[in-house]
Amino acid sequence: MPDIIKEDQVLDCSGMLCPMPVVKTSKAIKELQSGQILKMIATDPGAPPDMEAWSRQTGNELLRSMQEDGKFVFYLRKK
Amino acid sequence: MSKSDPNAPKRLALIASKGTLDWAYPPFILASAAGAMGWEVGVFFTFFGLTLLKPKLTTAVTPVGNPAMPMKMPFGPEGFQNINWPIPQLIMTNVPGFDALATTLMKQTFKNKGVASIDEMRQMCLDTDVRMFGCQMTMDVFGFKREDFIKETEFCGAATFLEYAADADVQLFI
Repeated sequence: MPDIIKEDQVLDCSGMLCPMPVVKTSKAIKELQSGQILKMIATDPGAPPDMEAWSRQTGNELLRSMQEDGKFVFYLRKK
Repeated sequence: MSKSDPNAPKRLALIASKGTLDWAYPPFILASAAGAMGWEVGVFFTFFGLTLLKPKLTTAVTPVGNPAMPMKMPFGPEGFQNINWPIPQLIMTNVPGFDALATTLMKQTFKNKGVASIDEMRQMCLDTDVRMFGCQMTMDVFGFKREDFIKETEFCGAATFLEYAADADVQLFI
């Protein structure tokens, strides 16, 4: 079992296609303090590689990328 | 100056040269995604692309000019929705309102699949401070006025955009 990550905020992007998950994540992370964690849920199959790229480009760390109940779940820590 | 400062954000410079529904998506998708990654973004709207800066967007698509366009219905059972209707060119060209119908169907398909509308995409770009360059020459040629465009439009010519693009990390013509 992977360690439980406690998120500070949840963003559900289910049903949205590119570039909405990335744009919404970017907006949501701006609302957080440095070090806080955002949990983002998506159904877009393009989201896993896109969130990795977004993380590399913005410096907000992608702590975990996983699948849960047929959805993609991401934990991101604000830099 | 993006290149001279190593800590400056990356920069994307796009040219949006077409104003149809299908061609309106790529520049707005790329610009909003780049904006979401913290990049500086500037889009030069020229020729028919300039109409994408009108306050009220009336983008349409024409199947006649796009032979590869799938002709599918955005409603009904899945098997029905997956049918690619073989509509003869003669009908697409001559039936009045066919383009309007195709445009409505495409917009509905995009909505059903969770793709944002062009209006929403453009607003997302503006929210992330994407710079909207409007081609002055196009405006003069087609007889548009500055008041015909959204207030964020920065009117300029080729030289201004080239100077901006020269310092960009990614430059694309769409």
